[in-house]
Amino acid sequence: MVTTQQPYRELGLADDEYARILDILGRAPTAAELAVYSVMWSEHCSYKSSKVHLRYFGETTTEAMRQRMLAGIGNNAGVVEVGEGWAVTFKIESHNHPSYVEPYQGAATGVGGIVRDILAMGARPIAVTDSLRFGPAGAPDTARVLPGVVAGIGGYGNCLGLPNIGGEIAFDPSYAGNPLVNALCVGVLRVRDLQLARASGAGNKIVLFGARTGRDGIGGVSVLASESFTANSGDPGVGRRKLPSVQVGDPFAEKVLIECCLELYDAGLVVGIQDLGGAGLACATSELASAGDGGMQVNLDAVPLRASGMAPAEILCSESQERMCAVVRPSDVDRFMAVCAKWEVTATVIGEVTNGDRLVIRYRGDTVVDAPPRSMADEGPVYHRPVRRPASQDTLQAATPDRLARPATLDDVRDTVLRMAASPGLCSRAWVTDQYDRYVRGATVLAQPGDAGVVRIDDTIQRGVAVATDCNARYCALDPYAGTQLALAEAYRNVSVTGATPVAVTNCLNFGAPTDPGVMWQFAQAVRGLADGCAQLGIPVTGGNVSFYNQTGDTAILPTPVVGVLGVIDDVRRRIPTGLGSLGDEIWLLGDTRDEFGGSEWAHEVHGHLGGRPPAVDLAREQALGEILAAAARDNLVSAAHDLSDGGLAQALVEACLLSHHGAQITLPADLDPFVALFSESSSRTLLGVSGAHAPRVAQLCSAHGVPVARLGQVHAEPTLHIVPLAPLTLSELRTAWESTLPALFDTP
Amino acid sequence: MNTCRIGVITFPGTLDDVDAARAVRHAGAEPVGLWHADEDLRGVDAVIVPGGFSYGDYLRAGAIAAHQPVLRAVRDAAARGMPVLGICNGFQILCEAGLLPGALVRNAGLHFLCRDQRLRVETSATAWTARYAAGAEIVVPLKSIEGRYVADAATLATLEGDGRVVFRYAGASPNGALHDIAGIASADGRVVGLMPHPEHAIDPLTGPSSDGLDLFRSAVDVVLGSVRA
Repeated sequence: MVTTQQPYRELGLADDEYARILDILGRAPTAAELAVYSVMWSEHCSYKSSKVHLRYFGETTTEAMRQRMLAGIGNNAGVVEVGEGWAVTFKIESHNHPSYVEPYQGAATGVGGIVRDILAMGARPIAVTDSLRFGPAGAPDTARVLPGVVAGIGGYGNCLGLPNIGGEIAFDPSYAGNPLVNALCVGVLRVRDLQLARASGAGNKIVLFGARTGRDGIGGVSVLASESFTANSGDPGVGRRKLPSVQVGDPFAEKVLIECCLELYDAGLVVGIQDLGGAGLACATSELASAGDGGMQVNLDAVPLRASGMAPAEILCSESQERMCAVVRPSDVDRFMAVCAKWEVTATVIGEVTNGDRLVIRYRGDTVVDAPPRSMADEGPVYHRPVRRPASQDTLQAATPDRLARPATLDDVRDTVLRMAASPGLCSRAWVTDQYDRYVRGATVLAQPGDAGVVRIDDTIQRGVAVATDCNARYCALDPYAGTQLALAEAYRNVSVTGATPVAVTNCLNFGAPTDPGVMWQFAQAVRGLADGCAQLGIPVTGGNVSFYNQTGDTAILPTPVVGVLGVIDDVRRRIPTGLGSLGDEIWLLGDTRDEFGGSEWAHEVHGHLGGRPPAVDLAREQALGEILAAAARDNLVSAAHDLSDGGLAQALVEACLLSHHGAQITLPADLDPFVALFSESSSRTLLGVSGAHAPRVAQLCSAHGVPVARLGQVHAEPTLHIVPLAPLTLSELRTAWESTLPALFDTP
Repeated sequence: MNTCRIGVITFPGTLDDVDAARAVRHAGAEPVGLWHADEDLRGVDAVIVPGGFSYGDYLRAGAIAAHQPVLRAVRDAAARGMPVLGICNGFQILCEAGLLPGALVRNAGLHFLCRDQRLRVETSATAWTARYAAGAEIVVPLKSIEGRYVADAATLATLEGDGRVVFRYAGASPNGALHDIAGIASADGRVVGLMPHPEHAIDPLTGPSSDGLDLFRSAVDVVLGSVRA
């Protein structure tokens, strides 16, 4: 039994974890060591509760799936080869808790952190997107959190010069005290320029560069990221106590840091590099040393500070933003410093790679850390948390939506189209996305409200990448395994409808407390669903992020495993636009429509109902759709496409009309009830705009892939969406319904 | 050899320099990168001050950039009649540097706004709009948070009276700019500043139109047609 006065519990370490530290060191840790272990062994840095489950991703990734992969899970971000000597890296990461405490800075530094992860791979960041979840749209606190988060994402990303090309937003009461802010960044690099976070070569120098180190964000990792908010966190006292832990971002400093890093890479001056994010210098030095072939010696006196009187533990754990740590050959240090001076970036040699296997950190003549770096970075605790399917799951699945009252008349169905278009879950996101620069860099070929963002990789080639993130958390609540596969399927489809071919997957797994066996069951199911789905689709998970403790009191958020899919298109000029197509084009619906309303937007919006089973998963069908769309794009056979998801066919038609500024004449399939045809959320479906001339070839493609086609109608010259047998809807009434909701909720009077 | 060399200035925090250089190339000219610390303009025929957040918009948008060495060179060149274009942050910088009158302040809606904006070209009598017909409507991205043009009544009267309002927002004003002003010119029509981004409208694949290309072509025409002494 451990007896000690050291405040390890306050730092979030358990008794047995503390005992292990004593065992590793053979003595009591110094204050600095205790702080470093506490942040490195936090859930956020060590993945101690998720590790045993995440292994399944590796176990299900075959050699064939690894072919394009240059770096995978465990690196700052996954990297895939995309041809012509180019590679793409992408990753999504959460910044949920800080964004609740201080929405603007929390979201802003979330963008800043993921961009540095991408930069640390040797890549130029080229685009960002974000996946957001908030409490009910009309709730007073949402009016505080949402505008702040959006302004923070825009304020940081716009100032970095990165186009924001996609993203998604959903509202649900479970996020009221725990919004989700997941930021994704895409970067490109020449394959030969790949950088890895590794400190090798004894005598090489450790250079800290970028912003000075201050008191901001100390304890951010162990306190903010790994402790759920109490039920009364609306109490301003709680907010005040946590406020100092939120980091403050300076996007200008990061923009300069990006250009500085890229110039350093170009000049070949970097042996290894790591960004400073959660757990700051403690994490960067121990991870660099752990991944390298020796030890490391660091002198904290050399670290440029912005506050006086900082203790060594504070310098090590500060989460001051916009910092990087590089390993540099001694002969290159002068040139390295000259590049930093050009960009007016502060750079300081703070240590060197040593022989041996210790991380030794000194401060004012004292040794404050002397420990094996692997024990901090790689050999942290691993927990086999209890996993138990909650009994309530059966009740939830038994409460099917079959008994919910459906629209009684065709006029009611027509009204439902308008009501759904205006619902917070489905309405236009322009109020949000118009606050983001989608044009900067001049490479954006498709952006929101398109199904996926598409950017050209470089001016010298026509190759592009497409990226989409998705997650319907209601489906995941009903069945986390199937729900996660549906998220994968939707992101895959959103990439496919642009004509790109999906090649890699990333994820941000947002869940409640891992100490709750029911939450761990959701988590384990989600991981298995995603991994099995990826194996079936033949595309690897290249990286990801886990965010636990997303709950208010004992109530967890809906399980929200956000899935990001990256695709490649050989020639961006052949991308398929989102919409209806041109006047006179035929409108086709590909896929099967069944009576599936479990977890649907209609059940949620009209009845506040969540129960039953989510729509059936058919990944083989997704793959077939993807092949049809890729072939159609290559041969310029379709003029537009739009995937069907939340809100079903009705919403897809409304959006396609409004995005194309065209009306349509539609006749619903005779064998389906109009309500089911319009609002069912059966998966694996897409709309196509097909010109008459190409119709036979597209039909042939679909039949060769075994995908059923319904030729629904045509793009017509009338400014109406006329869905027979419903009375026509005018585009102006649809536009008013679709576009008015968010401005009415969030515009300041 | 008739080539036109157009300088594109990069300050720390400049973002749209790559795009401006690309637009120059599309217009058939050669872009020349200029660094904020440069004392001279490397013999270019015209200069673009591109968009972004130079110096993080610290103090005031454009305020610090306006005092950099390269701006002294731009001021001297403008005095000799060199065509100068300021886009977005570049417009803010030219106002801060005293090359154009007035100022840009926070949008009326208080948010950053990115959208495809209809503009009316009010005059073709500048170095950057010679290729347009006066009264033509173009669609160009607008993306700014401090895009609301303001000036005192006397300045506005002079700008209007002398035909120096170059671009006006068509339809409802997106940011509350006085007189719906999106861009203005110097008295000699050689220096133009505008908030929207013509360099993002040079190819319908990556922008809403190619309507912006003629700004750059206009400058090339002016440079190649003028006496280079």
